[in-house]
Amino acid sequence: MSESLCRLPIHQLRQAIERGTCDPRELVHQLLDHITQRNPSLSAYMTVDPERLKRQLEERVQHGPRGRLFGIPITVKDNLCVTGEETTCASRMLTGFRPPYSATVIERLRAEGAIIIPRANMDEFAFGSSTETSHFGPTKNPRDPERVPGGSSGGSAAAVASDLALGALGTDTGGSIRQPAAFCGVVGLKPTYGRVSRYGLIAFASSLDQIGPITKDVTDCALLLSVIAGHDPKDSTSAPTKVDDYVGGLSPSLQGVRIGLPAFSDKGLDEMVRERVGEALKTLWRLGARPVEVALPHIDQSIATYYIIATAEASSNLARYDGVQYGYRAQEGKGQGARGEGEGSRSPKPTAQNALIAMYQRTRQEGFGEEAKRRIILGTYVLSRGYYDAYYLKGLKVRTLIKQGFDEAFKRCDVIVMPTSPTAAFRLGEKLDDPLQMYLSDIYTISANLAGVPAVSVPCGFTSNDQPVGLQLLANTFEEAKLLQVAYAYEQSTEWHHRKPVISEQ
Amino acid sequence: MAVVNQQEVEQVAFLARLALAEAEAAKLASQLDQILQYVQQLQAIPTDEVKPTSHVLALSNITRPDQRQPCVPPEDVLRLAPERHNQFFKVPKIIE
Repeated sequence: MSESLCRLPIHQLRQAIERGTCDPRELVHQLLDHITQRNPSLSAYMTVDPERLKRQLEERVQHGPRGRLFGIPITVKDNLCVTGEETTCASRMLTGFRPPYSATVIERLRAEGAIIIPRANMDEFAFGSSTETSHFGPTKNPRDPERVPGGSSGGSAAAVASDLALGALGTDTGGSIRQPAAFCGVVGLKPTYGRVSRYGLIAFASSLDQIGPITKDVTDCALLLSVIAGHDPKDSTSAPTKVDDYVGGLSPSLQGVRIGLPAFSDKGLDEMVRERVGEALKTLWRLGARPVEVALPHIDQSIATYYIIATAEASSNLARYDGVQYGYRAQEGKGQGARGEGEGSRSPKPTAQNALIAMYQRTRQEGFGEEAKRRIILGTYVLSRGYYDAYYLKGLKVRTLIKQGFDEAFKRCDVIVMPTSPTAAFRLGEKLDDPLQMYLSDIYTISANLAGVPAVSVPCGFTSNDQPVGLQLLANTFEEAKLLQVAYAYEQSTEWHHRKPVISEQ
Repeated sequence: MAVVNQQEVEQVAFLARLALAEAEAAKLASQLDQILQYVQQLQAIPTDEVKPTSHVLALSNITRPDQRQPCVPPEDVLRLAPERHNQFFKVPKIIE
């Protein structure tokens, strides 16, 4: 067992390590060689420090616990704090920031013996669906470097798809795990809100954010979820609900499983995506599942609802970046501070009353990228006096209706099926200057975040130009075991998860 | 008709402590207007009888025993500061 260990799923490598036929040192060195060769063109990682990683490897192999992930490197998105490792959210604002503590998910991975590879690329502060808003620069789709890997967890998904990672953690606020998983042809799961602790996750929208796995197959997804799931006293929104045996629950039969088929707007739905999802449904029927029609009222309004709630929460969460305690601070006298003084011709503009406010303004102006500013302003607007009821409160009420729709639907079915994304991966630059079009690419993923339910994307075929298509499965809250079982049964009856990007074999 | 104009965007930007450049404010105003126009579709949904959902889990008043726990040493936090003075975060002068 020496050729391309990085291509294997984690569950196979674990068995090989247990049997003594695979040496974690060899595995990590192979992975590092592969990263050194391939990452400069893909930019799945912003940086990789081989020497630091080798030191961690030795520490882990010699002293690490021989747990469920002993000797296995796990890649993490750049918004998850790792003690002493630069963690920047792909933003100038946090460049050079080395957190003094680790996220709970990192501690849990380490407690099972994992080796942590930080710095997977992402959209700045997870604001985006293409990884193009990264201050570092975009990640390329490993199947076509002209296309985006999806986002915001684009680095994590591209790394797993191109074997630059064995498995990864991403975060999902409106589809940021599932959509890049679909675009890159891998498995990505957003757990139930509260299933995984968010302690040490740099917050975007606190009522929507969840951390979840991006993996080569469903078994690895179940394995990583079983490691990171569970209550955490450090996160008061983590649920004290029992964690099921996700790996043990995987079975190839779907006898009696009721699959909910919701009516939704197919405006913008690519014909090839529709066909692949249609074929996937036939596979599910062949495996014994049966269809149930369900209504999800107001699902077509989920994007409008989301962009009120998510930006409101983001504007509040990002208020902490003020150049005082950590992160970027603009230099005094540099750049233009509060502008507008004495510009005469226009209406009076607000101005800074003192040097401190001017410093805040310059710091935030220089530290945040364009999309971050757009969302901060939109969020501040919908929360401001006079607009609060019309926008924010309205959004929260429609959210209730969307949630109630899911509650009703799950009385009639076990799992709901939809496409993950209306299209396969789009081209770099295609939607970057049209924020609304970019937001609309999340149309099928967003409702799961609003309702708090778990959802997974699994590969279900390819378009005619060889771009992967994702099948999205959703289950009721805390029913990840059921969700993964259906995903597993589907995956085992197809070959999609074995089709590697051609480019990664070069 | 525009929902939001450049002057309002500049006002909101000031509240959010962002010093936008002129061209940036104009571009943002038109993009935000487009997004807010799109969001207007929610107004058609009757919600008078609907309670708002700010959080999907039925969790409330989560507490833990008030016990001493290990915490990050002050020095580990202070060394992250862009500017500091001894045990303090340093900011520009506010009072002349």
